[in-house]
Amino acid sequence: MSPRLAARLGSGLFWAAVALILAYMTIPALVVLMTSLSPSELLEFPPSGLSLKWYARAVSYPDFQAAFANGLIVTAFASTCALAVGSAFAYLIDRYVFPGRAALEAVLSSPLIVPHFTTGFGFLLLGAGLGIGRSYLLVILAHVMLVLPFVIRSVYVSLRNLDPHLERAAANLGASPWRVLSRVTLPLLLPGMAGGWLVAAILSLTEFTASLYVTAERTQTLPVAMYTYIREYTDPTIAAIAALLILGTTALIFVANRYLGLRRILSIDAH
Amino acid sequence: MKHRVPRRRPFFLAFLLPSLLAAGLFLAALGDVLQYSFRTFIPGSLDVGGFTLENFLRIGRPIYLSVLLDTVTISVLTALFTLLLSYPVAYALVRARRDWVRTLLIILAITPLFTGEIVRTYAWILVLGSNGFVNSLLKDAGLITAPLSLLYTRFGVTVALVQFSMPVMIILLATAISHVDRNCERAAANLGAPPLMVFWRVTLPLTMPGVISGTIVIFAWTMSAFSTPQLIGGGKVLMISNLVYLQGLSTFNFPFAAVLSLLALLVAMGSLGLIRPAIRRLERRVALH
Repeated sequence: MSPRLAARLGSGLFWAAVALILAYMTIPALVVLMTSLSPSELLEFPPSGLSLKWYARAVSYPDFQAAFANGLIVTAFASTCALAVGSAFAYLIDRYVFPGRAALEAVLSSPLIVPHFTTGFGFLLLGAGLGIGRSYLLVILAHVMLVLPFVIRSVYVSLRNLDPHLERAAANLGASPWRVLSRVTLPLLLPGMAGGWLVAAILSLTEFTASLYVTAERTQTLPVAMYTYIREYTDPTIAAIAALLILGTTALIFVANRYLGLRRILSIDAH
Repeated sequence: MKHRVPRRRPFFLAFLLPSLLAAGLFLAALGDVLQYSFRTFIPGSLDVGGFTLENFLRIGRPIYLSVLLDTVTISVLTALFTLLLSYPVAYALVRARRDWVRTLLIILAITPLFTGEIVRTYAWILVLGSNGFVNSLLKDAGLITAPLSLLYTRFGVTVALVQFSMPVMIILLATAISHVDRNCERAAANLGAPPLMVFWRVTLPLTMPGVISGTIVIFAWTMSAFSTPQLIGGGKVLMISNLVYLQGLSTFNFPFAAVLSLLALLVAMGSLGLIRPAIRRLERRVALH
């Protein structure tokens, strides 16, 4: 076999392997889409027809409606609180050295490492101790902690890329620190803050494990309601919701890639 | 009006207080777990008794040890298979010549990360179930007559966990591969090394820090996975997270649930703590060559 033929064969085999691996990653989502459109209550492949009835059932099921509303409330408060706390903290670690800085940074980024069930269980105990039970407040507090590391990271990166001359120029021209912050720093940070908020919102909306511990029936979020449904029923209603979530996130990723450039964000462009 | 000397640290206290509050809250939650782990369980009551070490000794019982062993085995296997399957995709993602191929690869590779664990787990129930996708396919092809039991097995749990872990691993590996200086590879090729040898002796060693940190991250991540073993394991495959849930929210044995969650926390922190020393040693070795 000539070396050139061997190289082409090798590259063909490599791409075949990549295609197979990607199929393994993607097939579950395709199976969900297929199931969601099936008219039958039992799982069947291939589906015997096309129907949107599971979508109609999913959006009209009261538990899901309530849970979706709960999730929006929790996500709105949690990601906004996290944005405020996280941006302020990112500003501090970018600008100031103070005793305990490293320790504080370690604690605030530790929710990434601590298993979500440990965090959820801890907040469950804390809620009982504080006498707030499994209220919205407790769910929001737990979610703030879980998404905070992502907000801090996003805003910190924007702060690093900010041209310090702009702030210095404003200060030299007589702007007060507050004016510099609100008229120069904040507008320049907006993209980083928006990105951090969006990631926080997606993570909070889809968070399940910790939420299972800190929510009660009255405060349960959509993933918890879906979990309860999966344990009790086997019809494709969940497939319809899952399909909506898959299509929604895929669209979001396309948009993010179009306007932000995923490869640049993840710094995986070849050198 | 008196001129105020501008403070050296504008906004310092105002910006520090919310962070302190958040950190305090999180430490209080973890502190509660620690505190409960030393208390006596009173069956039938949510209140706990006096201080004891008994909860820690209870881990030593064979049933709990076998859950720990299963957890570690599944996590190690998941980390290794995730590495094996992610490396080719990451390599293709960085090195593909056509731009649209790279874009397609990154979108396919990353999307599963954002759909949430319940959606991903449910998808695998549909794929692995006894009337599911795989069994229907095999039955139609005439390869099997009775459905294979894939759900409720360690195999099924691992297959799903590997798919969940791949996006993170692909991102970490792609970053490492994109930082490889291609002149090193070209030099090896010019000296007559065939492509596989270039990969084995140049590219792979240069991406080793990414390989190691990725594998450890996925190991720690899998140790704390909950919904996959819960739904795909269906009570037949128990990982430490499922035991915490059973003890905490079914039996209401908060003290033992606290001990188990502390243990999971320690394993996660311990394994991630290994990353930096391991990579430093490796970088020293690569530099020596």
